[in-house]
Amino acid sequence: MNPQLFQLICFYAFGVVTVASALAVISLRNTVHAVLALVLTFFSTACLWMLADAEFLALALIVVYVGAVMVLFLFVVMMLDIDQETMREGFVKFLPVGLIVAVVMLTEMLGLIGVRAMHAQLMGPNPASVAGVSNTAWLGHALYTQYLLPFEIAALILTVGVVAAVALTLRQRTDARHESASQQVRVNPRDRIRIVKMAAERPVGDAPAATQEPRP
Amino acid sequence: MLDQLIQQLVWPIVYILCITLPLIVAVAMFVFWERKVIGWMHVRMGPNKIGPFGLLQAFADTIKLLLKEVILPTNASRFLYYLAPLLTLIPALAAWAVIPFSSRMVLSNANAGVLYLLAMTSMGVYGIILAGWASNSRYALLGAMRSAAQVISYELAMGLCLVCVLVLAGSLNLTDIVNAQAGSKGLFDWFWLPLLPVFVIYFISGVAETNRAPFDVAEGESEIVAGFHVEYSGSAFAIFFLAEYANMILVSFLASILFMGGWLSPFPATWGFIGHGGVLWLFIKAFVFSFMFLWFRASFPRYRYDQIMRLGWKVFIPIAIVWVLVAGCLKYFGLVSIGPGV
Repeated sequence: MNPQLFQLICFYAFGVVTVASALAVISLRNTVHAVLALVLTFFSTACLWMLADAEFLALALIVVYVGAVMVLFLFVVMMLDIDQETMREGFVKFLPVGLIVAVVMLTEMLGLIGVRAMHAQLMGPNPASVAGVSNTAWLGHALYTQYLLPFEIAALILTVGVVAAVALTLRQRTDARHESASQQVRVNPRDRIRIVKMAAERPVGDAPAATQEPRP
Repeated sequence: MLDQLIQQLVWPIVYILCITLPLIVAVAMFVFWERKVIGWMHVRMGPNKIGPFGLLQAFADTIKLLLKEVILPTNASRFLYYLAPLLTLIPALAAWAVIPFSSRMVLSNANAGVLYLLAMTSMGVYGIILAGWASNSRYALLGAMRSAAQVISYELAMGLCLVCVLVLAGSLNLTDIVNAQAGSKGLFDWFWLPLLPVFVIYFISGVAETNRAPFDVAEGESEIVAGFHVEYSGSAFAIFFLAEYANMILVSFLASILFMGGWLSPFPATWGFIGHGGVLWLFIKAFVFSFMFLWFRASFPRYRYDQIMRLGWKVFIPIAIVWVLVAGCLKYFGLVSIGPGV
């Protein structure tokens, strides 16, 4: 089997899994199953990127989304008590809005693909393989030299997002009792217990009478 | 055509079997060794009845487990219940693909090896969460929740430790990382010395990530019986067990490769026979680390849950972030010798 054909078959196989699992996300009734379908979507997308020689992005997608974000999703969905009936009602009510969003996204993507196709001859082959370095090394070099400012701005926006999320959800409860770990660590055992040194046995002479009970 | 097929399909499968089958036997012997070591630390004998010195105890236990019935709890989610053990085992075995045993012995010398390892180890938590949820049991669900929060917290610290190693080595390839630790000073050229705090954090996070004592609140038999796998029996439980021990051995190997010079000899190359690197050195180092897992279990009481979270978020992550900066400075000012050098 020639490698190109094999690659093509893999591409279509991963593509079918991606689309099928994405459909499962919005059609499955059980929310936990839907989250798992989303995990599968991310994973097969990562496989597709791997086929396109973008190994850093593919593995980063798995580490960040599959390994962390979706675990938290699953965590939350398991804790929620979701009523399936009200979910169904919402589906019909929000269908028009959803359709509009979907159509706009589709036209945007088609436009992007069209622009890309026109620029195909300008983009040329994979720059990492042209430069003769690994995908990760090339990406790192490009991010920290050519695109340093956009990269730093993106990092700043993410940091602001984290701080905002913490500030929104953090509330100091005054009725709950808090323990200060540093105070706990600094506890001196001598303040809490007193160790009394004493002999293990009493001298034979003054043994208490109570222990010498007559046997039956 | 047929030659090509054999080249591309059969040999990789043979190599994979050459790694997984010894690994499974190693897990069996490791379980036996754990029971023996903990027995000695408790001033007991440990298993000593089956086979010479009790060596066949692990195999007897395995056969017993495999012959038992797998019970499905009432109202459990059948598909996920059976899928969960496999989801823990597959990443635990798949991660071994990029481990270099010596300068030539590696199944896949991937360029992004460290990222692949992070991806695989972070996926193991799904098996635990799904096992807890699909069992339809309060105890199992509590264990799964604890495990999810704990693994995510410690993965951050672990990732930052790996960043320090990557900064010094300048590569994501595990073979390159070991080669970067080579040098004339032997033991003192390895990354544990410039990255000492990070090395300690990495190993402790590894213990937490594998849900081992003293961080085993996901099992917590004194509070939530056995946590996420309380409902599992027979071979399904055996798979969880296998995955946990395979992960412990993996963390031991990774600590040896990333910080302790992998297959390199601790003695200078001029010392003749013992100065040469080899796969045996890697096994010795990994054995010492895996022994420490057992030592921890016999020595430390279990952490309280809020203490685990505090340790991960408020102690380990700040130290690791600072050390990323320190590692960057060490590399920039050339204070650490990278590679064979002079």
